[in-house]
Amino acid sequence: MNLKFLNTVILIVACAFASNTLAQVTETEEITVASKKFTESVILGEILSQLIRTKGHHVIHKKELGGTRVLWDALIAGEIDTYVEYTGTLEQELFAGQDVHTDELLNHALAKLDLQKTAPLGFNNTYAIGVNSELGKRLGLESISDLKNHPELIFGFGSEFMNRADGWPGLKQRYQLPQQNVRGLDHDLAYRGLASNSLHVMDLYTTDAEIAYYQIKVLKDDLNYFPEYQAIIVYRSDLKQRAANVVKSLHLLSGTINADRMLTMNARVKLARESESVVAADYLDNTLNVKSTFVSQSLWQQFVVYSYEHLVLVMLSLSAAILLAIPLGIIAAHRPKAGHVILGVTAIIQTIPSLALFVFMIPLLGIGGPPAIIALFLYSLLPIVRNTHAGLSNIAVEIQESATVIGLSNFARLRLIELPLSMPSILAGIKTSAVINIGTATLAALIGAGGYGQPILTGIRLDDTELILLGAVPAAVLALLVQALFETIERLLLPKGLRSLSAAKD
Amino acid sequence: MIKLTGIHKHYHSHSALSGIDLNFPEDQTTVLIGPSGCGKSTLLRLMAGLETADGGELLINGSPLTQSNLTALRLRMGYVIQEGGLFPHLSIRDNVCIMANHLGWDKDKTEHRLIELAEMAHMPKSKLNHYPLELSGGQRQRVSLMRALMLDPDLLLLDEPLGALDPMIRYDLQQELKEIFASLNKTVIMVTHDIAEAAYFGDTIVLMRAGQIVQTGSLSQLLQSPSDPFVLKFVNAQREPMQLLTASFSQ
Repeated sequence: MNLKFLNTVILIVACAFASNTLAQVTETEEITVASKKFTESVILGEILSQLIRTKGHHVIHKKELGGTRVLWDALIAGEIDTYVEYTGTLEQELFAGQDVHTDELLNHALAKLDLQKTAPLGFNNTYAIGVNSELGKRLGLESISDLKNHPELIFGFGSEFMNRADGWPGLKQRYQLPQQNVRGLDHDLAYRGLASNSLHVMDLYTTDAEIAYYQIKVLKDDLNYFPEYQAIIVYRSDLKQRAANVVKSLHLLSGTINADRMLTMNARVKLARESESVVAADYLDNTLNVKSTFVSQSLWQQFVVYSYEHLVLVMLSLSAAILLAIPLGIIAAHRPKAGHVILGVTAIIQTIPSLALFVFMIPLLGIGGPPAIIALFLYSLLPIVRNTHAGLSNIAVEIQESATVIGLSNFARLRLIELPLSMPSILAGIKTSAVINIGTATLAALIGAGGYGQPILTGIRLDDTELILLGAVPAAVLALLVQALFETIERLLLPKGLRSLSAAKD
Repeated sequence: MIKLTGIHKHYHSHSALSGIDLNFPEDQTTVLIGPSGCGKSTLLRLMAGLETADGGELLINGSPLTQSNLTALRLRMGYVIQEGGLFPHLSIRDNVCIMANHLGWDKDKTEHRLIELAEMAHMPKSKLNHYPLELSGGQRQRVSLMRALMLDPDLLLLDEPLGALDPMIRYDLQQELKEIFASLNKTVIMVTHDIAEAAYFGDTIVLMRAGQIVQTGSLSQLLQSPSDPFVLKFVNAQREPMQLLTASFSQ
């Protein structure tokens, strides 16, 4: 019965989102473009979006998704239609273990997944290893091999580089590097670590604008370890039927962006703080002579959108959690054996790292709102279940027995006696859940669900504290507001007899 | 009214009741008495359906107490415990009327019964909208009694109803309770550990020890023909200190 209820909740939530999406499809073809959470990918995503929009289609750009796997799975599942990927990533990671080293083999492997690609866009954004230039000069570091003599150096790598076969594990083996102090951290934060000397060596992308800005010394890959990372556009094969003109224009982009152009565009966004949309529009105008339009939103408009998205995430997931968790808590209190299972399972869910839970949802529910809502819903269960259980279990025995012995039915006893008496505890559980939910919902932006996490992600990417605060402060304020709301509800609902109890205690 | 035959009850390895045979006659007050842990409260809780016996037969008006008739039987019994067991979030009025409201009684009928009980229990009308925590211990027990009597049950079960009260209030309430019982003509079963209280209320006293009945009868029967040396020992343990004190003053 509980499972059935959960299914219903999932269905309702999914329907709410589906109807929302369907409504937009009716006018023209809806094309979803995606980008990874680094600036170059966002610029390229914006170029694709604007180009497709000029062909008369409705385009959704899912920006800053958290990780290659998220985009790849979403592309295969049809959640997104196209994005810019790199050949090295396809060979080393996405088709790891398969032979795709020629163009023909790669096309064949893609076709099996109903995917296609364009010819390279024209630049190679491969990995490189960089050091703080002052430090490099002092230690005489020129190539990666030179690092062997300095085991004391601290390395900081992006989490993808840290774990992928063609990243740190392979690099360490090829160059026989002795360093032990190797940390995983966000790529954009690594630049700041390098500048402040808390890190000595980091991974770079060769088209990163920050290389010049932070005066980073790029070490020569003297053993030719890093593979080619040619930028290409991957898209779903069904795009040909759905919008042939889109596929044609995507192929037009091949060979038009060389490394210098990409570096310049990256620098305009990251260093000159221009918006990706403007840079993308200029590029289309200058290179393809395509006049594109884009709607630039004011900070205030963006704030309204983020707030709306965040509130939807929190309200749907929290209310579903309340509806399920209170009955579960009641069952747990009345049936000790079932209670062990219920409390155990909800506690286990709570121990799953939130980002992992979001990613687990992608194969089931795709990207965007629904998987985020389900993940948040699961996270919100434990505090409410536990407090409902505690509130009911802590009712004095003589009151429970009196309620039984005067002849109230089980349901009436629950409604008239047990729930009112455990209300303060239940509300405290809901408050805890709400605060956790609002905080965790900021991570939902990583799987394309938007909300206050979006400006936080963008802010970290662009080293823009103001933008980070635009997400972080409202999230904190929202948490306080929700807390105040539930305190008011508690004051209104708390039975008068219990109020004099707390007064008597004072 | 209630007939117990060979009742057994265990908690783990400890035997709380071993072979209880008892008959509670209709419209009489029976008092269960004995030292702590003798099983007197367990016996009362069995009759209220709060515990189930491990063996033996419990007949109420000739039919056994089962899960299916429990709710119906409970509407015919009132139950008062030591601390009152009042619901702290409900007013006195709602505490007393909770079952009448739940059963969908007519409003006037409920109100009429409430006022009747308030007068009987000497509960000022002004207190009816107060909450249990705003009342004194004695007042709370009056409310608990009103709640137990609301549906006019045939059977009244009281588990040390006056046990938590201080002696003066206890004395006053004892007298009132006795008058109330006399006016009600109900089958009353009361648990106490106080022999004076037992003698004051009980048509019949049932003296228990270690899960068994030692003797059943009036106080004078217990004193004049004790079935066991324990009977005199138990009765005198409470009477003698006072008698000795009184004697020492009169000398």
